[in-house]
Amino acid sequence: MMRQRGLFVLLLLAFIAVPFIAGALGNTYMITMATRVLICAMVAVSLDLLVGWGGLVSFGHAAFFGLGGYVVAIAATHATQGGDIFGWGGTNEALIAWPLAMLVSAGAALVIGALSLRTSGVYFIMITLAFAQMLYFVFVALKVYGGDDGLSMTSRNLLAGARITDARSFYWICLILLAVVVALVGRLLNARFGLVLRGAKASERRMAALGFPVYRYRLVAFVIAGAIAGLAGALWANLGRFAAPDMLSWLRSGEFLVMVILGGSASLLGPVLGAAVFLILETQLAAHTEHWQVIFGPLVVLAALYMPMGLWGYVRGRSS
Amino acid sequence: MIAALELKGLSKSFGALRANDDIDLSIREHECHAIIGPNGAGKSTLIGLLTGEILPDRGQVLLFGEDITHWSVPRRALAGLGRSFQITQIVPGFSALDNVALAVQGRSGHSFQFVADARADMRLRAPAIEALEQVGLSARADVMSEILSHGERRQLELAMALALKPRVLLLDEPMAGMGPQESALMVQRLIALKGQVTIVLIEHDMDVVFALADRVSVLVAGQVLTSGTPDEVRADRRVRAAYLGGEVA
Ligand SMILES: Nc1ncnc2c1ncn2[C@@H]1O[C@H](COP(=O)(O)OP(=O)(O)OP(=O)(O)O)[C@@H](O)[C@H]1O
Ligand SMILES: [Mg+2]
Repeated sequence: MMRQRGLFVLLLLAFIAVPFIAGALGNTYMITMATRVLICAMVAVSLDLLVGWGGLVSFGHAAFFGLGGYVVAIAATHATQGGDIFGWGGTNEALIAWPLAMLVSAGAALVIGALSLRTSGVYFIMITLAFAQMLYFVFVALKVYGGDDGLSMTSRNLLAGARITDARSFYWICLILLAVVVALVGRLLNARFGLVLRGAKASERRMAALGFPVYRYRLVAFVIAGAIAGLAGALWANLGRFAAPDMLSWLRSGEFLVMVILGGSASLLGPVLGAAVFLILETQLAAHTEHWQVIFGPLVVLAALYMPMGLWGYVRGRSS
Repeated sequence: MIAALELKGLSKSFGALRANDDIDLSIREHECHAIIGPNGAGKSTLIGLLTGEILPDRGQVLLFGEDITHWSVPRRALAGLGRSFQITQIVPGFSALDNVALAVQGRSGHSFQFVADARADMRLRAPAIEALEQVGLSARADVMSEILSHGERRQLELAMALALKPRVLLLDEPMAGMGPQESALMVQRLIALKGQVTIVLIEHDMDVVFALADRVSVLVAGQVLTSGTPDEVRADRRVRAAYLGGEVA
């Protein structure tokens, strides 16, 4: 437990150091890159709540990420360019748009989860994948909001009326939100709710026999994870000032799963590490060859084979 | 007096196989009722019908007079139906105490609590420790459940069932795979429970059955062959022919 806390502090310090190092090097791209890591880490942590802690392998988590992105992009588009959606003129205010993104993603998760969680195992993987692909094609077909080309935002959301212009401020916002998410998920996992979710992963029969309607607890976990992914999507759209259907694609869902497994599922911070290593490796390899996936794929397989507990398990084992 | 459990014409088929065929059975409050029968007789299926894991094709289950035939598993558990599993079902990565505390949590209202550390909650811990003491496992409370020996896991199974404070306890081969000494200890513990809780016991070991049971029902090919006191059942020719064979002279 102490070691876990030590690594947590170390990771946090590393993230805090990034803007200063980037400043010293005069490298602004580094901040953008690190912001991406923070946002993907947030998705990975939420996905791990389902996969690692709940034993629910969702292959459609990108749907909630993409929905969150589209909510802020659509709201911003109407706010700046007129028009309305369901009679609402949109907003450019983060304090409204981001919670709304979470709400919409949570709502979608409630519907998708309610249907998917009636299945299990491979069927659950397939049905979550199918729902996400359905939403993906909805946005591809939605020509009013850019269809295939995606939807641009003219500027980032305002935060309580203030503009978030520089990359650093946005980075700090993302870091704070990630820290809050990790802290809340960490609490949840050791609260009554979390113990039920974890118990159900080990034995659904046992939990039912102890009086827990397992389905309801899993559904709530699914909704919470969806809401967090929605927030991350809102941040992602703000980072690139852009939302596109590929945010919801099965490739994205697969990438998030790889981050979780690479970092170490059911370890709270493993997915954060997984997201960092995934994105850094991806950009490094992509800089050298366009066929980077040919190298990246086998690397991930090797990692899965030789580090069954993921990077986090490896690091923790080493530091003992 | 109203029966603790009343089974009326319970039937369940798997394809052409009649695993439980028109079972009528009345379990009295506070008795220990053993169900015996050869392998594949349908004993576990019957437990499944009682817990709600299996839904019957026909028939009814009444718990203290209330029709629970269509109730879900958790609802039955909360209504007082506790059970142990033939193959232990514990949560690895959780200590023995954590496992039992989960059972206490099960009966103490909903668990949609997201912040407070459940492991620091004495309302869960104290009754859990009590249940562990009851089965003689309190010395191993903080041991990770997956490290426990087979016998200790069976004790843990019982502790979890007891922590639910059930009115009826369904025990599916609680001694399965235990050594003779462990088994004898378990019998002592179950004897200590007699009269406090209604027990439905499935057990292969006849010595255990005759030591514990107030009444015995014999299940053969999905049907109740006979019910009676241990002595009556022991004396029944059909039982000896169908099941006991040379085991009980
Ligand atoms: N889910 C199922 N699907 C198909 N057949 C089943 C199923 N469950 C049980 N059976 C069959 O029903 C019959 C009764 O099984 P059950 O497990 O109830 O027997 P049992 O008396 O508990 O046996 P044992 O003493 O070996 O535990 C067996 O022939 C078994 O193969
Ligand atoms: Mg059986």
